[in-house]
Amino acid sequence: MSETRETGAVPLLEVRGLTKVFGQLRACDGIDLTIGKGEIHALLGENGAGKSTFVKMLFGSLEPASGDIFWNGSRVAIRSPAHARKLGIGMVFQHFSLFEALTAAENILLSLDDDTSIVEIAGKAHDVSKAYGLPLDPYALVGDLSVGERQRIEIIRCLLQEPQLIILDEPTSVLTPQEADKLFETLERLREEGKSILYISHRLEEVKRLCDRATVLRHGKVVAHCDPRKETAASLARMMVGSEVVTAERPPAAAGERAELLGICGLSRKPAGPFSIPLRNIWLSLKAGEVLGIAGVAGNGQGEFFEAVSGEVLQDSADVIRIRGAAVGRLDISGRRLLGAAFVPEERLGHGAAPRMKLSENLLLSRFRTDAATFLGRLGLIRTPVIAGAAQRIVAEMDVRKSADDPEAASLSGGNLQKFIIGRELDRKPAVMVVNQPTWGVDAGAAARIRQALIDLARAGSAVLVISQDLDELFEVSDAIAVMHDGQLSAPIPVAEATPERIGLLMGGADAANASHGAGHGASHDGSHGSGHGLGHSGEVA
Amino acid sequence: MFEAVVITIATAATPLLIAAMGELVVERSGVLNLGVEGMMIMGAVTGFAVAQTTGSPWLGVFAAIAMGAAFSLLFAFLTLTLVTNQVATGLALTLLGLGLSGMIGEAFIGLPGVKMGTLYIPWLTDLPYVGRLVFGQDPIFYISILLTAGVAWFLFYTKAGLTLRAVGDNHASAHALGIKVTAIRYLAVMFGGACAGLAGAFLALVYVPQWVEGMSAGRGWIALALVVFASWRPWRVLAGAYLFGAVSIGQLHAQALGWPIPSQLLSALPYLATIAVLVLISRNRRLTMVNTPACLGQPFVPDR
Repeated sequence: MSETRETGAVPLLEVRGLTKVFGQLRACDGIDLTIGKGEIHALLGENGAGKSTFVKMLFGSLEPASGDIFWNGSRVAIRSPAHARKLGIGMVFQHFSLFEALTAAENILLSLDDDTSIVEIAGKAHDVSKAYGLPLDPYALVGDLSVGERQRIEIIRCLLQEPQLIILDEPTSVLTPQEADKLFETLERLREEGKSILYISHRLEEVKRLCDRATVLRHGKVVAHCDPRKETAASLARMMVGSEVVTAERPPAAAGERAELLGICGLSRKPAGPFSIPLRNIWLSLKAGEVLGIAGVAGNGQGEFFEAVSGEVLQDSADVIRIRGAAVGRLDISGRRLLGAAFVPEERLGHGAAPRMKLSENLLLSRFRTDAATFLGRLGLIRTPVIAGAAQRIVAEMDVRKSADDPEAASLSGGNLQKFIIGRELDRKPAVMVVNQPTWGVDAGAAARIRQALIDLARAGSAVLVISQDLDELFEVSDAIAVMHDGQLSAPIPVAEATPERIGLLMGGADAANASHGAGHGASHDGSHGSGHGLGHSGEVA
Repeated sequence: MFEAVVITIATAATPLLIAAMGELVVERSGVLNLGVEGMMIMGAVTGFAVAQTTGSPWLGVFAAIAMGAAFSLLFAFLTLTLVTNQVATGLALTLLGLGLSGMIGEAFIGLPGVKMGTLYIPWLTDLPYVGRLVFGQDPIFYISILLTAGVAWFLFYTKAGLTLRAVGDNHASAHALGIKVTAIRYLAVMFGGACAGLAGAFLALVYVPQWVEGMSAGRGWIALALVVFASWRPWRVLAGAYLFGAVSIGQLHAQALGWPIPSQLLSALPYLATIAVLVLISRNRRLTMVNTPACLGQPFVPDR
């Protein structure tokens, strides 16, 4: 019905006035976009700008409220993902649509509509993976694979359907810089073959490098069509955000001898489940006044490490973790909080906050022990006005935008809830602050505010540990960056000596000795421990 | 003596095996149906009533299967279409089944039942020791073995089975790929219901050809437990069902022999032995986790 192949001016895909409404929210509002053959087209926008909603409509998993889609010049209604695949539209999802308990080949088989045997699939996958330089073991369980390898499965799965248009949703957000480079090579190769690519990202440098044209979305509307190679990163960012983007200011750290506030001495942990990562002999020393960033590709033990540091999982020996000199390995979260530590987990809803409880209640939940004197009366009864006042103070301090006076946590947008959760901990003036993914899924304005708050806290004499997958963020806030790979932590590299390439190599699992230029740099951060554990593990890595 | 004991073990194990095999498929698709007991007893009363009225045990069996499937359809509609809580709905289904079967069965209490015949192949069935065991049992016994092999083959060697496992592992991903999650779960739940109905028919037409209120006697719950302890793997369910059967028959003999062990303890023995053995063979946590349907019991609402 739609296979009218015409050459020349007819674009491969043309979208006019595509709209999707969720309740009150117009997630996509009259979006126009055209993609030519052999074009890499960028779709830019902040989190919540409507990018994912838009491509889900293109892929048939969401139904547009109104608007038209033209494929090869003829109007189509894309009814389902199977229909989209039949038309020649393939998709690589942001949060991979893979099944962990199945093998790579089984995962590929599931997305094919014909009946092919698993052996044939494995053979075909092998051919494609060789042709495009994407190594893959078809019989490996997906749960055992790294994020980069999982993405390869998605891409191979997509290529096996021989699509004319490939949609990639934030493909590099989970990759090391080196893995991203390989991905770009593959994409450029596909472009040479005449395939079109819709490339969704909020990373401006890679869009400038890779894409022929760009469409910028803000609050569900198209704000610009442009040629990204003629724009600057700053001008693209302005289009995305709608105002100037401020970067956090990081004044130099105070010189001189400072006390260690957080110490980790040989932290190891067995994997908790079949697909989780063990922690291998982690050493770390964090002193007053500094921000240490921990980089790493998702799923290399960051979550397990956070659980161990925060006290969600206790250690066999109390000495493994020290907070302000006290051995806390056997203390629970509240016990560690009472010593002046504060923790912000990665997952906002359900882990950092109870979704269906009010902000004031969430405040009480995390601080009923540390602030018992203020928040609870002598009989242990809740003093509602005091807590509501404290919640108001945090809201004002962090500029949390909300619809009601004391709304449920789930009703806030991701960025505003994250500001509240960070503010809730900052409000206590913690001596040690540990944050996992402080600005994941947070818009640029809120992210800048959160980053500045973390730096300010450190400069006021606290120790701040930031775990993040966003290298730009780590370079912005950290005094030194260590890299977590496969449950091991590298020695910290002072930010002045670190480059994205060097950090990227470590994220990809390169030996610390190869990535660093000599071992001297580790000295500023407990060099003896750092090099010691580096050597101890070279055997294990190989 | 040996042959007779083994045959009673098979008779004790068969209803557990059939009901558990159905529930295994349901749970592999990511749905937890705690209504096995209720579907089973509805199958039993329907099978008995139809067989008693028509005189044909086979009509009774088919009616029981249809009743089990229809009864599970109620569960499927509530949990999959209306997205009610699966645990609560399953419990309600069991309570409803126990009550409803008592009401339907009231007219049949004390009536003589129709017993399903056993296979007889001249010469083969007369073989010493194994003849009656292998060639002389009731048809449902053979169905239960074929069912196990069929489910194992379906789950691990067909694309439809792969799709079913994928739905149980991650329904959001399955939906994103265009797999019809809800339709597949409907079918799986109805298969489970049909199996529970068949297991009920076995109770009322083979085990004790009689209607007794509440005659499923907790077997639905044991079947549910077997599925979990067998880590959702068909041949392990068979092993578990037969182990349970063996120990329950064995402890009866032990009681008859007057062993100086409290009878309550002996009665608990099948449960303890089955759990102990299945936990032991499931020691490989990794394998267990890979086989556990990750979406089990989670509600699914497609965004569209």
